[in-house]
Amino acid sequence: MNRSVLDVRRLLCPLPVIRTQDRVRDLAPGERLEIRCTDPGVRHDIPAWCRMYGHRVIGIRETAGEIAITIEVVSDEGHR
Amino acid sequence: MAEPRTAVALISGGLDSLLAARVILDQGIRVEGVNFFTGFCVEGHTHAIRSRDRDRPKRNNALWVAEQLGIRLHLIDVSTDYKDVVLNPRHGYGHNLNPCLDCKGFMVGRAYAWMQEHGFDFVITGEVIGQRPMSQRRDTMPVIARESGAGDRLLRPLSAKLLPPTLPEREGWVERERLLDFSGRTRKPQMALAEHYGFRDYAQPAGGCCFLTDPRYAAKLADLWRARAARDYELDDIMLLKVGRHLRPRPHFKLIVAREEGENRFLEGYRKQFTNLTTVSHPGPLVLVDGEVSDGDLDLAARLTARFSQGRGSPRVRVAVARGGGEPRILEVAPLPAEEIPAEWYL
Ligand code: SF4
Repeated sequence: MNRSVLDVRRLLCPLPVIRTQDRVRDLAPGERLEIRCTDPGVRHDIPAWCRMYGHRVIGIRETAGEIAITIEVVSDEGHR
Repeated sequence: MAEPRTAVALISGGLDSLLAARVILDQGIRVEGVNFFTGFCVEGHTHAIRSRDRDRPKRNNALWVAEQLGIRLHLIDVSTDYKDVVLNPRHGYGHNLNPCLDCKGFMVGRAYAWMQEHGFDFVITGEVIGQRPMSQRRDTMPVIARESGAGDRLLRPLSAKLLPPTLPEREGWVERERLLDFSGRTRKPQMALAEHYGFRDYAQPAGGCCFLTDPRYAAKLADLWRARAARDYELDDIMLLKVGRHLRPRPHFKLIVAREEGENRFLEGYRKQFTNLTTVSHPGPLVLVDGEVSDGDLDLAARLTARFSQGRGSPRVRVAVARGGGEPRILEVAPLPAEEIPAEWYL
């Protein structure tokens, strides 16, 4: 399965969500994206953004000071 | 059935834009939100950085508002274009470095451009007449409509009945009668309407929606412009103004001193770009130096770094000094006594 990585470490909210949104625009349904972050706000904001557009959060992994969120693009409708 | 009319709502994350969008949704209009990232937004930043704020539930209020409304939100990074608004506001600044009138015109203008690009019908905002001294006055509301280019496709649902009818009202897309007549600084009608709709737990930012209204932040930004003899900034500059204690011991350099663990971690990410200092004989903060410094300056910076470390009571403190990305060398210094730090050094 196609899986890409977006590195938004050190960026503060809402930039991680903005960068995710801009990247997802170029992905096709079924593709996965791993978003690597440091701002703890993403734990709430990225899933909230995914709910809004119907994308799936596959998993959230936390290691020392880093949060990796994997999402699956469900549809490309709405990202214009 | 005819397609519903469509509106793009400027969503700041505060109560007024939440209510404005809700009132329009109530009239069967399809609404989508836009939220602009200027770099100065109060949203999250400081709590993301400071450890002591980390326990508070943290969320992006604009996303939260959109979820409450069940609408889509488009987050748009306008930080590059916004620079011109901050640096050259045609209408000047408010009490601090907040160019509110230009800012509102800019944001409505961007929302209007989005509206045209996406084939939407009109723009709505949560503006209320008389709510804010600069941008939300009866005489400045038309200025925003005009300068943004939105003209009478700009509807302010919360004060609409006090303003001339706009295109959406004249065309019957929305019923003017069901819009509102809020004005003035009181928040009571908004709170009552929030209660009516069952909105709780909404954000109530004090003062304004961005750091430019904060006097201490504005003072640091003005200092940056003075020191560089240029009114300009990069995104990193304005992020760093939100973090740490800032001291300017000499006109050509300043120190950014982490105040706690969270700030230390945040500044860590800037080590390669800046000359930096940290104590090695005692626990202490990470300190970044902004400006070109001589060895003599570094000695002073090291003594200040020692001052803010746990070695402040010791006769000698060892400090590691590294020029951006380079190998650190160790300086052994006496911490600068508190009485030798003039109050004017603190920005
Ligand atoms: S407070 Fe800041 S974001 Fe709000 S209108 Fe004024 S300049 Fe713009």
